[in-house]
Amino acid sequence: MNAAFPLMGNSGAAASSKSRAAAEGSTTAAPGASTLRMKVTRINFYYGKNHALHNVSLDVATNRVTALIGPSGCGKSTLLRTLNRMYETLRHTRLEGQISLDGVDILTLDVTSLRRQVGMVFQKPNPFPKSIYENVAYGLRINGHKGRLDDAVEKSLRRAALWDEVKDKLQKSAYALSGGQQQRLCIARALAVDPEVLLLDEPCSALDPVNTAKIEELLFELKPSCTLVIVTHNMQQAARVSDSTAFMLNGDLIEFSPTRQMFTTPSDPRTEAYITGRFG
Amino acid sequence: MATTPNAATPADFAWSPRALLRRLRSADEIAHLITLIAAATLLLITVLLVYQLWILSAEARTKFGWSFFVTRTWDPVAGQFGALPFIYGTLVTSAVALVLAVPLGVGGAIFLAELAPPKLSSSLTFVSDLLAAVPSVIYGLLGVFLLVPIMRTTVQPALKRSLGFLPLFQGPAYGIGFLTAGIVLAIMIVPFVLSVSREVLLAVARDQREAALALGATKWESTWKVVVPAARIGIFGSVFLALARALGETMAVTMVIGNNPRISASLFSPGYSIAAVLANEFSEATGNLYLSALIELGLVLFLLTFVLNGLARLLILVTTKRGSGVLPT
Amino acid sequence: MSARLMWRKTLNATMLSLTGVCMLITVSVLFFILGYLVYNGGKDLSWNFFTRLPAPVGEVGGGMANAIVGSLKLLLLAALFGVPIGLLGGVYLAEFGGRTVPFLVRYTADLLNGVPSIVIGIFAYALVVMPMHHFSTLAGGVALGIMVIPTVLRNTESFLRDVPSSLREGSFALGANKWKMVATVVLPAASRGILTGVLLALARVAGETAPLLFTAFGNRYWSPGWMQPTSSLPVIIYTYATGPYEDWHRQAWAAGLVLLGLVLVTNILVRTFLSRGTSYERS
Repeated sequence: MNAAFPLMGNSGAAASSKSRAAAEGSTTAAPGASTLRMKVTRINFYYGKNHALHNVSLDVATNRVTALIGPSGCGKSTLLRTLNRMYETLRHTRLEGQISLDGVDILTLDVTSLRRQVGMVFQKPNPFPKSIYENVAYGLRINGHKGRLDDAVEKSLRRAALWDEVKDKLQKSAYALSGGQQQRLCIARALAVDPEVLLLDEPCSALDPVNTAKIEELLFELKPSCTLVIVTHNMQQAARVSDSTAFMLNGDLIEFSPTRQMFTTPSDPRTEAYITGRFG
Repeated sequence: MATTPNAATPADFAWSPRALLRRLRSADEIAHLITLIAAATLLLITVLLVYQLWILSAEARTKFGWSFFVTRTWDPVAGQFGALPFIYGTLVTSAVALVLAVPLGVGGAIFLAELAPPKLSSSLTFVSDLLAAVPSVIYGLLGVFLLVPIMRTTVQPALKRSLGFLPLFQGPAYGIGFLTAGIVLAIMIVPFVLSVSREVLLAVARDQREAALALGATKWESTWKVVVPAARIGIFGSVFLALARALGETMAVTMVIGNNPRISASLFSPGYSIAAVLANEFSEATGNLYLSALIELGLVLFLLTFVLNGLARLLILVTTKRGSGVLPT
Repeated sequence: MSARLMWRKTLNATMLSLTGVCMLITVSVLFFILGYLVYNGGKDLSWNFFTRLPAPVGEVGGGMANAIVGSLKLLLLAALFGVPIGLLGGVYLAEFGGRTVPFLVRYTADLLNGVPSIVIGIFAYALVVMPMHHFSTLAGGVALGIMVIPTVLRNTESFLRDVPSSLREGSFALGANKWKMVATVVLPAASRGILTGVLLALARVAGETAPLLFTAFGNRYWSPGWMQPTSSLPVIIYTYATGPYEDWHRQAWAAGLVLLGLVLVTNILVRTFLSRGTSYERS
């Protein structure tokens, strides 16, 4: 395989001083792992006979935004869905290689616990046909939340920058919200169970520029408390929000470097071709 | 109007014989007219059906009025006709059937829609469709010769021993009666609950399931707390549909219900249903009043199923059209 | 693993297996019915069953030849009466209809489809038996025919709608009239589906008993022509099963096996070979 070995995104950057990150860093032994939340090591992924990911490796730094970019069908969403094992909802899929969360192989984890720790926001806003309140409370209820549910719901909605817009209509149907509000509601729903990592699968693709800007702003605000991985087809978005970027093409991870470096001095000619708009 | 090759002038739409003839020259108009007549025949049949039931039940309706529905006596010799025992029997057997069939059908539908691999799911649906095709009289046949003896010797004594303190399970075990009829009905309506529920469950968008699973829900939690609630209106629809069938089901019930116009709290008691009394007495009804009373029963049955079916279709339409969870983009 | 997670996992496994059990119970009923009928009815099936008339009451032996022929005659009438109306009505809905009329027809078809078969029997009684003053094959055929119409109509409509519009446009582009386009392109393209619907509708009414009780009635002998009462398989099963004689019961089992066999074989063949899963099937 001649796929470029991933560079450590932002490894030199000072680790976030958040106590949680520090505490968990001690559980791993790998050098530099104190800043690594997830580590993908040489995975291959198959849909039936279709070999969708080729020997991909990726490091997801704690409390950073990692962006996955590339043309349609390059495998970026597939890669994202391996991180919380969402691919298992599809039949005839197979994953080879290792993915670890805080140094633990995710395949050894219970899948429901894994998905509680690694939340996900989807391309199209998909709130449940319930009230706004119940949408946020759903994950808390199934996980047996201790303490006041109301407080937890409010906290999540605040984190998703939605509280002021919905605080007077919590019992209204989630479908009464606009598309952008629905997407932020989905983010709030995912944040409610306090995940360590949040995966976002083209979260703005169904939104207008104003709502897109709101979501991007939200990502910055979440960064100190949450590790983010975002798939986007929009290079400007990747450039704006991410700390490190991975460029994928036809199932290969071509280049993985700090975002600024990727967009100024890409090391691979294919990356350069893509970001300068010569294809894709 | 259908597309006409020649541009239609307002005069073409006049219903004068000449204008009509001119319109008919166009082959398309002839085809249109013929097929329209066929479609209108269906409407005509339905209107005529209601009309006949209404006219032919006139004698009983005028003689008994609303008291027809609350009178317990059914005495053809004395000319006394009350529908209460039949309405009671119809409702009780249908209720028993629903209590048994809904969990079974919805459970099976969940299995088919959420768990089974597609191939297994479609072959099981095939089997369930075949079950729905089994004629009612066959269920009656097995009911009479197989279920009734089992009920008499095993099930009813066991129920009496364990739940005999309830008025529902008291009295002598005849084998025939409300309970047995309800069980046969349940078996007959399960395929309807099953196939319609499966469809509405499958209509729930995939992203709803994913959203729940991504929050760490187990398969069951995503199914029970997200998919089933999203499909619940359609599931209610399937239940109404099944209820409508149970109410109108004739042969199997006639063969095991006992055919005795009694109102009893006990499910072991023999009873009668509207459809069963029609099956048994219609061809032997002597006298206009007797016949008219029976036809009024038919009218009641028609109206009941008419309303239930209409409601059921509406509910199923609402869930599958809206796709519960599909957002406007 | 926390206690709560253990509990959630256990609940998950239990409930999911329970749904499997529900499904298992449901499908096993069919195999049970089939097995029990073969066991009970198989031994009494003989050549006589298909060729003889019923023996006089109280005597052992005899067959159901008249009931089998009677059922076939009733089905023929039902097809002659119901299929053309259903078919043409379906063409109207799919090809010619505007807005209001098709909606009304569709809704009425669904409601008529849900009307209990015994009520259809009353209607056919009022329509045919009362004016003629006696039971007849014709009355039974009309009752079954009415039941066939809504199914065939809705089925035809749905299969016609499934025909891709490119086919229609292709035909129009060649200058065909609408009815020519329908007759030569759309109907043939949908023919398998339509045939499926027709056969399934007939298989369904073949087992109907209730609407025949006071229209075709019953007959211990051959029923000549169309104006006499006639025996039919479903009705004779009912009569024999509820009758007092042991020999009748045995014959009822045999007749039940024949009827179920016919209905199931038709269903299986039609569903397997004619359609890749009918897009509109209810009953």
